[in-house]
Amino acid sequence: MTKADEKFMQVNMGPQHPSTHGVLRLLVTTDGEVLSGVKPYIGYLHRALEKIAERVTYPQFTPFTDRLDYLASMNCNLAYAMTVEKLLNIEVPRRAQILRVIMAELNRISSHLIAFGSFSSDMGAFTPFLFGIREREFINDLFEIACGARLTYNYIRIGGVSKDIPGGFIEKTREFLDYFPAKIKEYNELLSYNAIFIKRLANIAVISPDDAFDYGITGPNLRASGIKWDLRREEPYLIYNELDFDVPVGKGEMGKTGDAWDRYMMRIYEMEQSAKIVRQCLDLLAPGDYTAKVSKVLKPPAGEVYVRAENPRGELGFYLISDGSTKPYRLKIRAPSFANLSIIPKLARGVMIADLIAIIGSMDIILPEIDR
Amino acid sequence: MEPKKIYGILSEKFGGKIKQFIESTLPPSVLVETGAIADVCRFLKEGDGLDFTSLMCLSGVDLKEQGKMAVVYHLHSMKQKHKITIKVELDRNNPHVQTVEQVWPGANWYEREAYDLLGIVFDGHSDLRRILLPEDWEGHPLRKDYVYPKRYHTWDV
Amino acid sequence: MTELINRILTGMSTTMPLTRLLITILIMVVSTAIVLAVSLLYEGFATYAERKVAGDIQARIGPNRVGPYGLLQFVADGVKLLLKEDIIPFYADRWLFIIAPYIVFTVSFAAFVPLSYSDHVSIANLNVGVLYMIAISSVVSMAILMGAWGSNNKWSLFGGMRAVAQIVSYEIPIVLSLLAAIIIPASLNLRDIIAYQSGGLGIFRWLVFNNPFTLIAFFVYFIAAIAEVNRTPFDIPEAESEIVAGYHTEYTGMRFAFFFMAEYGDMFVVSAIAATLFLGGWQIPFIGGIPMPVWLREVLQIGVFFTKVFLLIYVMMWIRWTLPRLRVDQLMELCWKYLTPIALFNLIGASVWVLLLHDKGVYDIIARVFTR
Repeated sequence: MTKADEKFMQVNMGPQHPSTHGVLRLLVTTDGEVLSGVKPYIGYLHRALEKIAERVTYPQFTPFTDRLDYLASMNCNLAYAMTVEKLLNIEVPRRAQILRVIMAELNRISSHLIAFGSFSSDMGAFTPFLFGIREREFINDLFEIACGARLTYNYIRIGGVSKDIPGGFIEKTREFLDYFPAKIKEYNELLSYNAIFIKRLANIAVISPDDAFDYGITGPNLRASGIKWDLRREEPYLIYNELDFDVPVGKGEMGKTGDAWDRYMMRIYEMEQSAKIVRQCLDLLAPGDYTAKVSKVLKPPAGEVYVRAENPRGELGFYLISDGSTKPYRLKIRAPSFANLSIIPKLARGVMIADLIAIIGSMDIILPEIDR
Repeated sequence: MEPKKIYGILSEKFGGKIKQFIESTLPPSVLVETGAIADVCRFLKEGDGLDFTSLMCLSGVDLKEQGKMAVVYHLHSMKQKHKITIKVELDRNNPHVQTVEQVWPGANWYEREAYDLLGIVFDGHSDLRRILLPEDWEGHPLRKDYVYPKRYHTWDV
Repeated sequence: MTELINRILTGMSTTMPLTRLLITILIMVVSTAIVLAVSLLYEGFATYAERKVAGDIQARIGPNRVGPYGLLQFVADGVKLLLKEDIIPFYADRWLFIIAPYIVFTVSFAAFVPLSYSDHVSIANLNVGVLYMIAISSVVSMAILMGAWGSNNKWSLFGGMRAVAQIVSYEIPIVLSLLAAIIIPASLNLRDIIAYQSGGLGIFRWLVFNNPFTLIAFFVYFIAAIAEVNRTPFDIPEAESEIVAGYHTEYTGMRFAFFFMAEYGDMFVVSAIAATLFLGGWQIPFIGGIPMPVWLREVLQIGVFFTKVFLLIYVMMWIRWTLPRLRVDQLMELCWKYLTPIALFNLIGASVWVLLLHDKGVYDIIARVFTR
C-alpha cells in the first residue's frame, strides 16, 4: 500500500447488502463519503445455465429460462421460445401470439413495479415498495389463473403457450386495467415528483447516448438517454406491429437527459404503455389454437440464430447453435443486465455512496440474469 | 443496409482478410481472419454508412470436431438499423484473439466471460480475469471436453 | 421531586441523618423506577404504534398476532431480543462496544428527568431545564461514535461519522430556534415556561402563537429535531439501503434493543420539548379555567401533555413512512444553508419583537384592542 492509497478506504459492498439487488459484490474505494472507484464482482449466483442447456433437450430448457430474470419470467420464456421457433420455422397461431403479448406486457408491468418499489426503498422511502407489491399481487393472481404459478411460470412454450386461458381471466385483467391508472397517479404523487426524490436523482449518473451505445445498454436505460429504440417497434415480433403504443424516451425533465430520474421515470411511462397494449390485445383476442402442432421430440436442423426480444430490463438475446440433435450445441444468453451493470464502474467515479445506490437502483439490474 | 452489401464493403476494404460470407445464419455472418478482427471492428464502428454502434453480444463457441474455437460478434447499428454477425476462428489448443474492448468498451465483460468459460485469451485486454467463476477455479466449463471436478477446496461438487 | 422529599422529610419526626439519607435514596430509587417503567412502556407502545402507523400508511395490517390487536407484540419482541445471542465481534474494541448502548440509553432516559408532566408532577424541577436537555442530548453523538468506532466495522464507522456530523450540525438550529421561544418567558425552567403560557383559552398564549418569529422557530425546531433523532428523511446515520444499518450494524440482541429504545426515547424527548416550549405543555385547552379538584386537574394536564407529545410523534412517523431520504451533503446543506440562517435571523427578529413590544404576544395585543 502506497502513501497515496492510505488516503482511501476499501469497503466491500455486498455480496450481502440490502441494496445490491441480490448477491452483487462491489469493491468500493472511498475517501470518506466520496467514491474514487468501484469494482463489481459477479458470479455469486452462477448456475452454469449455458452448460446445462447443452445437456437438456430444447423444451426442457424452458423452465430454466424462468430462472434468468425471475421478475420477468414470461419475457424470458418468450425470447427463448421465439429463438427455437426461428430455428424450427414454426408459425405460431394468432391466438397464442396475442396471449404471449398479454402475458409479456403484464409481466413487464409487474417487473417495473418491483423496479419502482425497490428503487424507492433504496432511496429510503419504504412505502412505495409496498404499493408496488400490492399491484404486483394482482398481476400474480392473473398469472396464477392462467398457469397456476406465481413466479416461475413456464407458460410460454415452444410453439405457443402451455394452455389456453381459463374463463374469468379476461374480466379479471380488464378489472386490473381499470384499476391500474389511478395507482400510477398515486406513485407519481407519492414518489416521482417528490422534491427530495428529484433532488437525489436529477443530474446523477448521466449516461450519454454514446456511452449507452458503447456499453451495449438497452431497454429503459437506453431510452432514458433519449434514444428512441424499442425492439417492439424497430423489429416487431408477435403482433406488436398491429398495436398502438408510444415508446417513451428521456427528455431530461428534471435535469440532464439520461440521469437517474429519467431512468426511473421511463419505467413509470412504460407501465402506462404496457397497460394500453394489454387492453388492445384483449380486444383482439379471438378463438383459435393456443399452440402450434409441435412434435414431442424437437430436432431442429443444424444452424445458428441470434434472436432477441425486448425484456423489461433491455434486450434479452439468445444465440443458439444447433447441430441437428435434440440438444442445443451451444446456447449463449445475452442478458441485458449484464451489459447494464458493466457501465457502473464508469458512472460511479467521484459520486457519493448514496449516489452509488441510486445508480444501481436506477439501472434496475437483476443478478440471476447477470450470473446465469 | 443488407448484410451482403456490408460483406461487399468489408471485402473491398480488407481484401483477403475477409474469408467467407455465410448466409444461412441469422443474422448472416462474415468470417474474418483472426488477426484482422480489431481493425475490422473499428472500421465497422466508424466506417461511413456502417455505424455499428453497439456490440449486442460476444460469444465464444467451442467447435471441438473441427479442432477450433470461434468467437462470434453480433453487431448492431441503432443509427442505420442493420445488423450482422462477425466470426473469427481460433486454434483450439491455443485460442488467442485481439480484444475489441477499445472499440466497444462494453466488450470488456463479454471477453472476460469468454475467457472464463472457454479459455479464449483476448490479447490487449485491460483486465482479463475470471468473471463468473472463482479466481482459482480450474478449467473452462463450456469446453466440450471439460472434466467436472470432484472437489473445490473442501467441498464436494 | 426535591420538593416531595423535603415535604416528606419535614413531616417526619425522626432527625437521624442516616434515616433521612436512606429515605432520600429510597424515594429516588422508587421515582427512577417509575420513570424507567413508564418510559419502557412508552417505548414498547411506540414501536407498536410505529408499526401500526406504518401498516396503515402502507395499506397493510401491521402486527395483529400477539395479544388483542397485536398489542403485546413489543413484549414478544423484547423477549426475543433478550434471548438472542449477544455477539461481540472478535476485532471489536470490547470496552467501547459494550458501554456505548448503555450510554445511549441512559442519556435518552436522563432527558426524561426535567420534563414537567403537569403542574406538580416532574422528577426534578431544574431551573436550567432547557440547558440540561440540550446538553444531555448531545452526549448521544459521543456514545454513537463510541459504538461505531468500537464495532470495528466500516459501515458502522460511516454511520457513526454521519451521526456525529449530523447531530452536531443540527444542534445549532435547534438551540437558536429554542432561544427564540425562551426569551419570551425569560426562563430556562420548563415548568415556568409552561406556566407562562397559561390563559388565552389555553391555546392562544402558546409560545408558537406568540409572534410570527416563534411560529417559524417552531417549524425550524421540529425539522431539526427530526434530524437530531435520525429519522427519515434524515436517517442517514442508519440508512439501511446505503450503509447496512449504520452505527448499530454489529449489535445484536439487547444491545441493539438499547439503541432502538433510545431512538424512541429521543423522539419522545424532542417532541416533549416542542410541546413544552411551543405548544403550551400541560395547559388544558378551553376548560382550563373551570374550577376542578386538584387530582382531576393533574390527570387532565398529564393527559393533555401526552396527547400533544404523541401527536408530534405521530407526525414524525407519518413523515418517516412518506418521504425518501436525503443525501449526506444535502442534509448538511439544509442545515447550514437554510435552517441555521433562518433560525439566526429569526432569533434576531424575536429579540426585536420582545424589546419593542415588551413581551406582548400577538394574542395579548389583539386582546387589549378588544378589551379597550
